[in-house]
Amino acid sequence: MDTVEQALGTPDQPQPYAELGLKDDEYQEIRRILDRRPTSAELAMYSVMWSEHCSYKSSKVHLRQFGEKTPETDAMLVGIGENAGVVDIGDGWAVTFKVESHNHPSYVEPYQGAATGVGGIVRDIISMGARPLAVMDPLRFGPADAPDTKRVLPGVVAGIGGYGNCLGLPNIGGEIVFDETYIGNPLVNALCVGAMKHEDVHLASAKGVGNQIILYGARTGGDGIGGVSVLASETFDEGGPTKRPSVQVGDPFMEKLLIECTLEVLGAGLVEGIQDLGGAGISCATSELASNGEGGMHVVLDRVLLRDSSLTPEEILMSESQERMCAVVVPDNVDAFMAICRKWDVEAVVIGEVTATGRLTVDWHGEQIVDVPPRSVAHDGPVYERPYARPAGQDALQADGPGNLARPADGAELRDTLLRLLASPNLADKSFVTDQYDRYVQGNTVLAQPEDAGIVRVDEVTGRGVAISTDCNGRFAQLDPYRGAQLALAESYRNISATGAIPLAVTDCLNFGSPEDPAVMWQFERAVTGLADACLQLGVPVTGGNVSFYNQTGETAILPTPVIGVLGVLDDVDRRTPMSWGPDGELIYLLGTTRDEFAGSEWAHVVHGHLGGIPPQLDLEVERQLSQILVAGSRDGMLTAAHDISEGGLAITLAEMAMRADVGARLWVPDGIDPFVFLFSESASRAVVVVPRSEELRFTEMCGARNFPATRIGVVDSELGPDAGEAAGTQVLQVGDSFTVTLDDLRAAHQGTFPALFA
Amino acid sequence: MSARIGVVTFPGTLDDQDAARAVRLAGAEPVALWHGDHDLQSVDAVILPGGFSYGDYLRCGAISARSPIMTEVITAAGHGVPVLGICNGFQILCEAHLLPGALTRNESLHFVCRDQTLRIENNRTAWTNAFESDQLITVPLKNGEGNYVADEATLDQLEDEGRVVFRYVDVNPNGSRRDIAGICNASGNVVGLMPHPEHAVEELTGPSTDGLTLIASAIAALAGGGVLA
Amino acid sequence: MARVVVDVMLKPEILDPQGRAVQGALGRIGLTGVVDVRQGKQFVIDIDGEVDDDVLAQLHEIAANLLCNPVIENYEMSVDVTGGPAPVGEHQGTFVGASSDAVAHANEGQQ
Repeated sequence: MDTVEQALGTPDQPQPYAELGLKDDEYQEIRRILDRRPTSAELAMYSVMWSEHCSYKSSKVHLRQFGEKTPETDAMLVGIGENAGVVDIGDGWAVTFKVESHNHPSYVEPYQGAATGVGGIVRDIISMGARPLAVMDPLRFGPADAPDTKRVLPGVVAGIGGYGNCLGLPNIGGEIVFDETYIGNPLVNALCVGAMKHEDVHLASAKGVGNQIILYGARTGGDGIGGVSVLASETFDEGGPTKRPSVQVGDPFMEKLLIECTLEVLGAGLVEGIQDLGGAGISCATSELASNGEGGMHVVLDRVLLRDSSLTPEEILMSESQERMCAVVVPDNVDAFMAICRKWDVEAVVIGEVTATGRLTVDWHGEQIVDVPPRSVAHDGPVYERPYARPAGQDALQADGPGNLARPADGAELRDTLLRLLASPNLADKSFVTDQYDRYVQGNTVLAQPEDAGIVRVDEVTGRGVAISTDCNGRFAQLDPYRGAQLALAESYRNISATGAIPLAVTDCLNFGSPEDPAVMWQFERAVTGLADACLQLGVPVTGGNVSFYNQTGETAILPTPVIGVLGVLDDVDRRTPMSWGPDGELIYLLGTTRDEFAGSEWAHVVHGHLGGIPPQLDLEVERQLSQILVAGSRDGMLTAAHDISEGGLAITLAEMAMRADVGARLWVPDGIDPFVFLFSESASRAVVVVPRSEELRFTEMCGARNFPATRIGVVDSELGPDAGEAAGTQVLQVGDSFTVTLDDLRAAHQGTFPALFA
Repeated sequence: MSARIGVVTFPGTLDDQDAARAVRLAGAEPVALWHGDHDLQSVDAVILPGGFSYGDYLRCGAISARSPIMTEVITAAGHGVPVLGICNGFQILCEAHLLPGALTRNESLHFVCRDQTLRIENNRTAWTNAFESDQLITVPLKNGEGNYVADEATLDQLEDEGRVVFRYVDVNPNGSRRDIAGICNASGNVVGLMPHPEHAVEELTGPSTDGLTLIASAIAALAGGGVLA
Repeated sequence: MARVVVDVMLKPEILDPQGRAVQGALGRIGLTGVVDVRQGKQFVIDIDGEVDDDVLAQLHEIAANLLCNPVIENYEMSVDVTGGPAPVGEHQGTFVGASSDAVAHANEGQQ
């Protein structure tokens, strides 16, 4: 056994730091910090905590911008740095939300990778003191018809459902996007939102010398030993999956007990500080709690309850066994804490206490095997200034615009284009997946997929609630990462506004290739800068998030994929604006300006396999104006329905609204705009709203006062079909003189794709 | 004095709060009951709610059916106390032999969450007397193990005795024999169904408010002083 | 030390969609001629001390009513008293009985 005393006595003993993922200079830095060689347990701790996934060493220098460019806002209660950001939503309520990645494990073992991703993010939320309210899952896979997608997608979906449904959390939204760059690197990002009263916010800090550190939940086993540092900090080799390190296995029943137990001990005021155990397990929880608090902690590792008695102390420190939490409890409260754990059949044990030494020390079998300054492990890890450079091919990529691609020539071809886009995997109906998730549990879900945002009621008495959306167009980010990240934020912000909620805060999951590639690092720097600039301008701060690097197979990185989640608030969820239009005669308005912008569009991708040019222009002030119109329109009862325009353009938006309502409409192309551009361009800052005739004047005056373009483009009409006027008419969308399409044909195209591919 | 309706929480139960809300909205008083107690707290009726009690380990509802509270529920059911089993609750009632048959894995092997149309085929039970005969209702369904099975003799007996209470209409979401969504015991006081009436209680959050009528039926049955078979 | 192994299978007349899914998968990976696949569960129980008639009766009761759902499942039980852990999936135990129609009907009578 390698103890501190032994390390002092054998300074030149060779250590396998490279196998554990540490570089030469990092190893030397550890020796400098400790003024001796590290013990093998200390080496294990530093190796996981200083891995890319845990330490953010390649991204810190850029992520600083979120703090430097934080917009002025009263809404933030807890900012970046804690487990999750906390936002004030009014009436004494606080909401916490975060999105995290579990990408590499989901490639290796799709079901468990996705399941444990959900488990991890839920624990992050409860460790802030919140009751989890809902989950969402932005997912990305290789081409829909690729054999490996058929292996990964069903497993991921079953894992998300299997774990989330068992926890009793409604799944209220997400995304499923396919692209060839994700084939060896699927993206499984998991979001969770929770709520609590202001006074119940808890932080992950260990304060109060003598306070007890209690580890509770599942026993510790050999799950994911070194998973974090090995999986997330290295790319896969071509011809994989050859790397199969042990993956974490989740037990949602244990997590459900953990949630109830944790909320009960928090509610009883028995907890001073709390932390969940995620990546890097006990190493992370103890070093973070210690460094956030008084700075000193002593742990007796023998006390940890084990599933596997053959584990070495290094393995115990590195284990990523799921469903474990760590609480800091004053000695007088320990008995009460344990009693609640017993009630829920959750095992708990005191493993240590807070000290005044400023050091994190760990004993094993009576000997000291760890003695480190906790900040050096948890917060002061290496910071890299990775080189970044605009790739040589970027100019050519941007110059290769979609201008020469053949366009539909007549109404029949426009109709075919609409059906073809609706049937394409990125735009097709996702019910096959989303029907595998419980959306009803807790009885507070007001809107869920396929609506623009998921909305859950937080307060049953007042009707106060929150809306969440996650969005990212990776193709836009590939063409221009700065603007692409801004467009992702704009889309999510717009989706929130479309439901009538006021956007308040942002979380992000930044999925990129290898940071050792200057081109990828350039994409990252541009995207983070773009996002920080846009958040400042729109007045919505980034409250926290996640970075996932090394999503790369060989030389091919994924599309830069900065997934942006926006949270908004509604005073009264009853006032929300759904996407489905209603009674005949209501007016369909297009808000915003449509330009000839097809670079990175679904049309260019689906019909021509083309990616090139400059993504749509974005004026954040215009986006903000649109948001205010949508929110005011909703709040003041001027709108029956609203739906944002994004991938696929206006035609897709209208088709989705019609299918959702099961009611047709008479539409026309405004003068002076080409029908193809009108229907399929992906210009930003646009939405479709449906206005009752009685509200039309008030609404158009509101838009006029802001100089915001609002163009009447149609009327809801259920009587256009071949049997118009008779009871059994087939609903249709009639687009001027150009073409007519039945809702049955739209549905056949839209709903056929996923069952054909995955059922 | 409003009716007091107990809602049992087992480890892993998920829809207990929602069942309590349904009871409250229907005008009765929900009473929280704990799986480990031998005490029904003198409630007038009992709901076994949905969820994944004990993680569905061993079999859905198998471990819950042997909880201390279930000894009391079985006794009370024998005395005519109305008992409603929803989803996992239905599984528990079958495992406890208060209802015949068993719930198995969905035929599609997928969990399915959908708004389901049901026909009320027995409106004389403690939980359905406020419905019209053959009334169609829409209630959310969400399960992975909702496939009702029993041998032919049992199925024939259920049909002959009018003990099929709810039947799936338009779509059979899980392969249940004879499209059976819910059944009752011979006395009509114990009813089990796979769909979730507690999620159809507010226009804001559900496809209808049809779920409230189940609670209203129980309140009426209790006020009437007895149960109709 | 005795090792008791209880194998639980769905009754033949019960639909087994998991078994059917496995059958499909076998066909897709090239195994021809598969006529049927049924999926079941195995419980391995290690007991200290002797498995006499009383203990055996208790085990049968547990197997018949807890480990298996007599409405839809049958069980078979074997006991191995030779000691030492046997490899998973192989048991050298002595077959000691199975659920029968009599047991199943007795349980139905409890409704």
